Parts: sequence; C-alpha cells; structure tokens
Amino acid sequence: MSGKSYDNIPGTVIFDAEQARKGYHLNQFCMSLMKAPNRARFLANERTYLDEWPMSEDQKQAVLARDYNRMISLGGNVYFLAKIFATDGKSFQYAAALMTGMSQEAYANMMLTGGRKVSDPIGDVNQGRAG
Amino acid sequence: MAHISAGIACSHVPAIGAAWDLGKAGDDYWKPLFEGFEFTKQWEKANKPDVVFLVYNDHATAFSLELIPTFAIGCGESFQPADEGWGARPVPVVEGAPELAAHIAQSVIEDEFDLTIVNKMDVDHGLTVPLSLMFGKVDQWPCKIIPFAVNVVQYPPPSGKRCYHLGKAIARAIKSFPEDLNVQIWGTGGMSHQLQGPRAGLINREWDNEFLDRLIENPEDLSKMPHIEYVREAGSEGVELVMWLIMRGALSAQVELVHRFYHVPASNTAVGHLILKNRD
Repeated sequence: MSGKSYDNIPGTVIFDAEQARKGYHLNQFCMSLMKAPNRARFLANERTYLDEWPMSEDQKQAVLARDYNRMISLGGNVYFLAKIFATDGKSFQYAAALMTGMSQEAYANMMLTGGRKVSDPIGDVNQGRAG
Repeated sequence: MAHISAGIACSHVPAIGAAWDLGKAGDDYWKPLFEGFEFTKQWEKANKPDVVFLVYNDHATAFSLELIPTFAIGCGESFQPADEGWGARPVPVVEGAPELAAHIAQSVIEDEFDLTIVNKMDVDHGLTVPLSLMFGKVDQWPCKIIPFAVNVVQYPPPSGKRCYHLGKAIARAIKSFPEDLNVQIWGTGGMSHQLQGPRAGLINREWDNEFLDRLIENPEDLSKMPHIEYVREAGSEGVELVMWLIMRGALSAQVELVHRFYHVPASNTAVGHLILKNRD
C-alpha cells in the first residue's frame, strides 16, 4: 500500500487498520501468552501451539525464528510481540537491539550516549510492509 | 466544589517499574532518573490530592485487538495491577473514584466527547509506573485514582487538538462536581522513543525540550501539530505525547512551572517530567 503520509519514514511500519487486519491472529496469539499455563504450553511445543491459531505460515515461521521485523511487516505490533519476548525472559531493550541488527551491548551503549539521532542512518535490516 | 490544583506530565517505561520493584533505584544507571522525582515525592506529600485523574495508555494488556476504545474512563471501585507477562507489579490496588468518574463521564459525553465507560479492567505499567514515581513505595496509594485510557497503539490515535479540547471538557466536568475535592490531572507516556524496527532507539532531545517549552507556554499552538511530526521526530511510540495535551488542556492558559526534569535514557526512552500549578 502506498500514498500514506507515514510510509516513507525509514525503518518504521505504522500499525494502522491495514496492518491490524493482517496481524489480527498473530497479535491475538501473542495476547494468549499473558496467561502462565499458555506460556508453558507454547514453550513445550511452539509449532503445535501456533497451529491452533489461524495465522499464515509466514507469520508462524517468523514467530519460530523470533524475527521481530518480519512479524511487524506481517501485521504484528510491538506491544503484542512483547508477550513473546517476555515469555522468552527477554526485555524490550533486547528486542529493540535485535530489530536494529546491533548487538545488545552496542545498542545499550548507543542509548547511554543519547540514543539514535533522527539524521543517523539506520542499519541494513530488511523491513517494510509485506504484501 | 472540586478543583484542579495541578497538572503533572511524566513518561511511563516498564523498565522503570522493574528497576524500582527490584531495588535497583540506587544503581548508577537508574539513580539520575529517580533523583529527578525526589522533589516531586516531597511536593506530593505537601500538596496531597484527593483524586488523580490519570491519563495513560494500555499496552495490549486490558485491551487486545478485540476492543480498541479511543478514550476509556475507569468508573469502577478498584482496578488490579495487571500481569503483563512478567507477573503483576507488587504495588497497591488502585482505588477508583466512581462518583466523580461517573459525573465526569456524563458531563464530558454531554459536551460531545463520546467516552467508553469501563467498570472492570486491569491497569498496566502505563498507569502504575507514574504512581510509583510520584508517591514512592507505599502500602496504599495516598489518593483515589480515575484511570483514563487513550488508544495510541493502533494508528491513528486521537489528534493533539482533540486531546487538548477534551482536557478542557474534563476541567469543566471536574469544576462542576459539588464535593470539595483537590484533583490533579496527570498526562503520561512519551517522550521520544521508538521500540520497533531498524530505527529503534530513536531519541530527539532538542525536539523533546521544545515540546516541553511549548506545552508550558503555548499549548494551543502545540495542539495543532500533526501525528506525522510526532512519528518522524519523536519515533513511532513518541506519538503517546498527545496524551500530555489532555492534561494541559485541563489547566489555565497561563500556568506556574513548579518542576521540570528531562533524562536520557530509561531503557529505550527519553523521560520528561513537569509539575504545572493551575491558576484557574
């Protein structure tokens, strides 16, 4: 989809109605991980758990690979995806570093020195709206 | 009659709650942040509100994609701290102010802002982290709290202008409540941060500080800022800052700046904080 005023911001997918529609089941799967028994069942057999949800194969593969940029391009929203990395015992900073392609240490250091500037180039990590 | 004595702005980062709960507030990393709120904790003791009207956003906790209210007012007796996937924060239950909340809901809806009324919901770090920052570690929150959740997760959130005018309607509602109550209004979220994609880690110190200047001095002009500028300059999650305009809209045109603080970083986020004394 083109012609949206926010489509040309580098390295950024805006979670709008179109993305929310595509990612509905992916995000609702994430919500199910709010409950401890579901977290345990997911970790015991991820593929089986994912197959209970009417998600696309691409979405399931992205979850299994913990490819957060891919999940976002397929309609995931970071506040929902947070339930996955929380299940893995990981922090927002861990996930953010992963999405930038930086090591967690380099990312943490960037934040300590004032964060990424608007004018800074972004890393060579594929991301965008997937069709 | 009820009156609004002050407005407070502050960011709400889950890592701040975790640092606080795990006793890391004195660590080198967190100390400068928590020190910025020392003044506020003393100030809140000296200026204790009866009720806080707390504008925040839910982070896929109480509201999934099943239901996405743009503006939701908590009218219940109490609200439980939510389990966001890490277990619930060890903080007191949030006691509501159902009579005032119901009055505000009726008044604001009659004033043409169509709120969603929520009588039962859990409240996440968006609401409980600001409470910890302002009140510290307590067995019971020192006042009643009206949670007011704004959708900033699915785009588009309400416009800055809509938020600013809603703040004015909330102020009219509070001032027409017959009980003599000291009410504070808090706007939370922001400042610049982006949690997603290759551009994660964005911080814009200059833009944030200009936002603070304009919020204090010229909020009506600031309220006209389009979403795209928030997203481009303050990051995809920086758009949460529209919530601060609800708080500011509820205050007088001229306000007295009591306290101002800005710190980078809290995990991925720039933290801003203001105490503004109302002159109405």
